[in-house]
Amino acid sequence: MRYLFLFLFTFISLPAYALAPVQEVTSNKGIKAWLIEDHTNPIVALRFSFKGGAALDPTGKEGLARLASATMDEGAGEWSSQAFQSRLDDLSTTLRFEAGMDSFSGRVLTLRDNLDASADMLRAALLSPRFDAEPVERIRSQILADLRQREEAPNTLAALSLYKSVFGDHPYARGSRGTLDGVKNITRDDLVRFTKDRLGKDNLMVGVSGDITPDELKDLLDRIFSDLPETAAANDLPNVIPTFDTAVQVIDKAIPQSSILLAQSGIDRHDPDFYATYVLNYILGGGSFASRLYEEVREKRGLVYSVYSYLMDYDKAHLWLIGAGTQNARVQETLDVIATEWAKAKKEGVTREEVENAKTYLTGSFALRFNSSDTIAAILLNMQQDDLPIDFLETRNQQVEAVSFEDVNRVAQKLLTPDKLVRVVVGQPEGLK
Amino acid sequence: MRLVLFLLGFAVLSLRAEAAVFNPQSFTLKNGMQVVLIPNTRVPVVKHMVWYRVGSADEPAGKSGIAHFFEHLMFKGTKNLAPGEFSKIVAKNGGQENAFTSYDYTAYFQTVAKDRLALVMKMEADRMTNLTLTSEVIEPERQVILEERRQRTDNSPGAQLQEQIGTVQYMNHPYRIPVIGWAHEIKNLSLEDLNHFYKKWYAPNNAVLVVEGDITLEELRPLAEKYYGAIPKGGDYTRLRPSEPPAHADRRVIKRDARVRQDNLQRSYLAPSYRTAAAGDNSPYALQVLENIIGGGATSRLYRSLVIDQKLADSAGFYYSPNKYDQATATFWVTAQNGIAIEQVEKALQAEIDELLEKGVTQDEVMRAQKTLVNEAVFARDNLGTASQVLGSALAIDLSVDQVESWPEAIQQVTRDDVNKALRAVFKDQYSVTALLLRKEDAS
Repeated sequence: MRYLFLFLFTFISLPAYALAPVQEVTSNKGIKAWLIEDHTNPIVALRFSFKGGAALDPTGKEGLARLASATMDEGAGEWSSQAFQSRLDDLSTTLRFEAGMDSFSGRVLTLRDNLDASADMLRAALLSPRFDAEPVERIRSQILADLRQREEAPNTLAALSLYKSVFGDHPYARGSRGTLDGVKNITRDDLVRFTKDRLGKDNLMVGVSGDITPDELKDLLDRIFSDLPETAAANDLPNVIPTFDTAVQVIDKAIPQSSILLAQSGIDRHDPDFYATYVLNYILGGGSFASRLYEEVREKRGLVYSVYSYLMDYDKAHLWLIGAGTQNARVQETLDVIATEWAKAKKEGVTREEVENAKTYLTGSFALRFNSSDTIAAILLNMQQDDLPIDFLETRNQQVEAVSFEDVNRVAQKLLTPDKLVRVVVGQPEGLK
Repeated sequence: MRLVLFLLGFAVLSLRAEAAVFNPQSFTLKNGMQVVLIPNTRVPVVKHMVWYRVGSADEPAGKSGIAHFFEHLMFKGTKNLAPGEFSKIVAKNGGQENAFTSYDYTAYFQTVAKDRLALVMKMEADRMTNLTLTSEVIEPERQVILEERRQRTDNSPGAQLQEQIGTVQYMNHPYRIPVIGWAHEIKNLSLEDLNHFYKKWYAPNNAVLVVEGDITLEELRPLAEKYYGAIPKGGDYTRLRPSEPPAHADRRVIKRDARVRQDNLQRSYLAPSYRTAAAGDNSPYALQVLENIIGGGATSRLYRSLVIDQKLADSAGFYYSPNKYDQATATFWVTAQNGIAIEQVEKALQAEIDELLEKGVTQDEVMRAQKTLVNEAVFARDNLGTASQVLGSALAIDLSVDQVESWPEAIQQVTRDDVNKALRAVFKDQYSVTALLLRKEDAS
């Protein structure tokens, strides 16, 4: 009994026990960041993001956030493109931006000694990107090349087709990587306007970890972010009601293995049933070598190399996705097994043992996420993006623990919709019903 | 094409990780099993890895894919555990696990809370000798592996071309055969073949235990002795592999495929590895400096010339890794800009190579590259999991802990002459393969 108690105690308090506490740091000019100090290695990781991402790209300019993310570090302020990139190399600094569906984010990873110099470069990239013609055209060409190749990538085709079906005319249907026509249409003025309009102090969030004190971080935050506009332009992304059309959609591609993607409605991160759903997803297809889908689709029948399910939470929509890949001759069988498992879980529920095993995995593996300064900074940023409290790391495992067997089966009964799965197949499936 | 780039990018990352000085501790069990510990106390977590000195290049003729197939079967039950139970126990103890096979080694790992280390050590030691294979578990797994092959290779024209490059880059050495194996040979591997492979290669004196995380040597040693030390020593292990004869002609591989939307080109040369370089020859280090100078991102020579100045390519780079038991390769790659003929791209790449051969690199380039490479050590140390990967993969190909630890020093000692001498020894036409991956409509 004492043994068991110790185990639970270890799991529940792991991150808080091992890491320095999360501190909220507010700079003199009011910029907030969450920080975990760690002076083991002389490096600092900074992650930040602005609310609003590729879904806000204007119609006809799809890919604007992406093109901006790839050109803001190609020359800024006093530095030309090559000067900027050379200086990053000389400082051993990683500085990158990334356009997601609902956010525009970035990261800096550098040596402690080079932190101020790196901060000045990030500041320049945010406030005075040059968007010189040469780098913009070079990067545009690279993005167009990627977009053309994506038209042959089975998984991408499946995802875009599924989004189109589920989201209809909503911007989410376009995906977050842009379109060929959209990227071709973007002008330098569009890029300049993007940085002026979309990057404001009011939609900024920052997570930091590494060899830095709160006082040093205050100065750093002001040095980088204090001259950003007070407010970003309004985030006017419309609401969307997903539709789930159950006819199998086939995209013909001459490949030996079909790529399969299915979806049903998901759940909001702040729904009281979120953790019960999270546990259920682990049992069905989230646990890599321990899920029902893995057992039934891969282990027993050898239908696939990979099969998985996951919950996806956008600002305006929530999906539950299932992915698999199988030879064309066995697509129908794979679809059938997945549908059967989904229906079985809804009708019969899962077992007490499955719920307990899921909970010990989800709580026990939580500490495994904290494996580098950069991932810790990313976790601190994600917590803010998800609107979670600052003590989340200490309470998260308790929330998983609190999920009961009854909760999971109630949620299974309520949320699973085996009769309303959207199904997309990319390949040349044989004998589909 | 995207897969080629992705794979190259990944390999570059893992190479960079080498820049670390990890301060490992090491000892050897009485049965010959080497043990390495790399402390990291950030969170009370450990990564536990067992590396076997056997990979696809050690397979018998006609049995391609057996090393990888066998790796899958290590999860299929022992005298003490039912098929799949290993993974279920790891998961319900909050652990993550996996395994991978390469040309030269096979590795199994779990990341767990520190107080679960004994549990995974016990199970890993169990399957080193107690595996019980049956045809009931082998047949579905064979289908899984054939699906893995379709997914990784046959669904991707770039990966298919990569396989073909291997067959002509190496004329005689088994690196010519893909790690996952040829489908027709995977289909014919028998239970007897697999059991024979297990008996032949899996034993403590052909394995390396690497543990990274929140644990001391005093804590680890008794566990290692208890679980792995109890396993009897196996026979003597020798890797008997066919070697490469002298080459007399450059080679060319061309694939045209409707799934390709952007033409690209790759030029690879046989190159020394850490192990094959002669004593006193530092060319594996010199070539890593070269890699940074000509292929290291947005300010490298190739990118500046082919992408920025001449506007012929969307991307260009150079990749080299000396982490092979036998001879390695060094590879240039270029993606043509839309509308630019591949012949023009190849001419421009050849001009870059010719200029390197004629003029070499500059002192300033060498010094900048050395600084960048050595700084990577600090970042590598920060990431739990990197040290065990780097040390395990080095020891599995018979390098020493000292060789890994003295890497920054060896990089710093490279001179401009070393780089120029090394590149002139490698970039020889008769050891090269030029591979073109082209859009179908270009085929006329």
